[in-house]
Amino acid sequence: MTEKKRYIRVVDSTMRDGSHPMAHQYTTEQVAEISAALDGAGVPLIEVSHGDGLGGSSLNYGFSKVDEQDLLAAAQGAIKNAEITVLLLPGIGIQEDLKAAYDRGARAVRVATHCTEADIAIQHIGLARELGMETLGFLMMAHMIEPEALLEQAKIQEAAGAQTVYVTDSAGAMRPDGVKRRVEALRTGLNPETKVGIHCHNNLGLGIGNSLAAIDEGADYVDGSLAGLGAGAGNAQTEVLAAVLELEGYETGIDVYKIMDAAEEVVRPMMQRPQIVDRASLVLGYAGVYSSFLLHTYRAAAKFNIEPRDILMELGRRKVVGGQEDSIIDLAAELAAAKP
Amino acid sequence: MADKIGVAIIGSGNIGTDLMMKLADHPRLDMRLMVGIDPNSEGLALAKQMGYEATSESIDGFKKHHETVQIVYEATSAKAHIANAPLYKELGKIAIDLTPAAIGPYVVPYVNIGDVLDEPNVNLITCGGQATIPIVNAVSKVTRVPYAEIVATIASKSAGPGTRQNIDEFTQTTATGIVRVGGAERGKAIIILNPADPPIMMRDTIYCQVENMDREAILGSIHDTVKRIQTYVPGYHLRIDPIFYDDRVVVTVEVEGAGMFLPEYAGNLDIMTAAAVEVGDQFAKNLLGLPTQTVATARGT
Repeated sequence: MTEKKRYIRVVDSTMRDGSHPMAHQYTTEQVAEISAALDGAGVPLIEVSHGDGLGGSSLNYGFSKVDEQDLLAAAQGAIKNAEITVLLLPGIGIQEDLKAAYDRGARAVRVATHCTEADIAIQHIGLARELGMETLGFLMMAHMIEPEALLEQAKIQEAAGAQTVYVTDSAGAMRPDGVKRRVEALRTGLNPETKVGIHCHNNLGLGIGNSLAAIDEGADYVDGSLAGLGAGAGNAQTEVLAAVLELEGYETGIDVYKIMDAAEEVVRPMMQRPQIVDRASLVLGYAGVYSSFLLHTYRAAAKFNIEPRDILMELGRRKVVGGQEDSIIDLAAELAAAKP
Repeated sequence: MADKIGVAIIGSGNIGTDLMMKLADHPRLDMRLMVGIDPNSEGLALAKQMGYEATSESIDGFKKHHETVQIVYEATSAKAHIANAPLYKELGKIAIDLTPAAIGPYVVPYVNIGDVLDEPNVNLITCGGQATIPIVNAVSKVTRVPYAEIVATIASKSAGPGTRQNIDEFTQTTATGIVRVGGAERGKAIIILNPADPPIMMRDTIYCQVENMDREAILGSIHDTVKRIQTYVPGYHLRIDPIFYDDRVVVTVEVEGAGMFLPEYAGNLDIMTAAAVEVGDQFAKNLLGLPTQTVATARGT
């Protein structure tokens, strides 16, 4: 058994994963307000980036209303104790983007790859360490490979310099047993000083449950979003994590009342749609599809008059990976053409 | 006067070997010499088997055998090409560069080849660039393209260490090519590796924001371009009809490799070597005094 009462580092992704349901329309005022609320509640690490990471503003993923570098500056200007982290997906963002983020005050980065492609991030992880940033590896769609294979990829990120490696359930497809097996593989297979993190989506209604399972298995980092604001059915809610972890005896340094207020009074009024497990987001978890495909699928389904669930199920069968948003409209057109 | 131009390939890896096989029996390009560094490489063994000169002495080996060669294909690495390029120039060779070194101008068959035939060194950009820039160009010939973006999805198995160790090079070089050769005013490129087994074919999505949504003219230009690409990359095809919505055109293409030395899913490597043969052929025709590709002129010029 792992030691109770240990410190769990909570990373809030309202302004990164939450960028998806906001259709990347965050304003500097909103970012400043959320950042101040998170900082005031004692959240140590706050992620700000386009939903698909630095450089994600594009036709494929959606253009940002405000340049993410300006949003980073706004977040930095609103905090006192917290640190700002960014997300970087090699293949989408480049090292120059990371340097620019560092210049805006980002002091941590999560370098993300599909769970089988860790080696494309070696340069970016190296640069982050060179800049002196806290460096976290993010192995996405981790449900797609077995724990042993995930460990091999985690070792590549560790060797490149990642100080923490995440089991990232991008599809919200994992159940507690699968989470535990993967966290255990990383915790026992990586160097003892390397931390393990968990990033969940609530598509199967397991965001909090899976996070707790991971922490009980030895994960020291956990991701959340205020009011769950994130892709698909959203993430584990930061305010619920804070409450649950306190009840379980873990230390987070987060004030539970204040984080509840941040979710209720700051973020809920900004939300464009309720963050719930509806049938389309449930299908994401059921089919094992990247959570940020949700809104793109709705749009393509409306354009071609197709049932969104049919698109998502077929994307799951085709084992499409994160970032392949371009395959959605292509598939919708294909399904429409095949319709009698 | 000779009716064929002597050719050397530097680099006996996957790309170099596939290129060598595509050059076999070429009417104007006379494959003479394969240069490698590993005496046990499969590419060098195959070269000998096919009756070509083969050396494992790297660039020194090339120096010994260069007289019969006028065109050099660089299929090594950016670093090696930067080191080798001055020698090619000194010896008066034409260098066709398949690495990201990009010492010379970018070239895409049928798009800008007429502009570069006097250059001593040309660069083939990236596989994603060869697959997508002609489409951007097809659209930009018809209407202003303020912004174009491409997403290249390739099978993990077909992404070699060169691509993996420097993935930013792919996105930045391709984006520059979209502007410089494709004719868009701004460009962006994204690359995704997909590990599915069996491996997926290379697929690319090209988004163009356009000023005038003249569907018929845009479609006609795209279809003409696809036909021209198919003359040198038979496995290149549109996945579905181009989609028009809002101010954008969305084109998805798939590249099925010829399956000679490399597997069929490696369309990304296939389109590079196929473009290399096509570019080499145009240089050869130019050297032999034969007519070369007429370049479709840019819009309004």
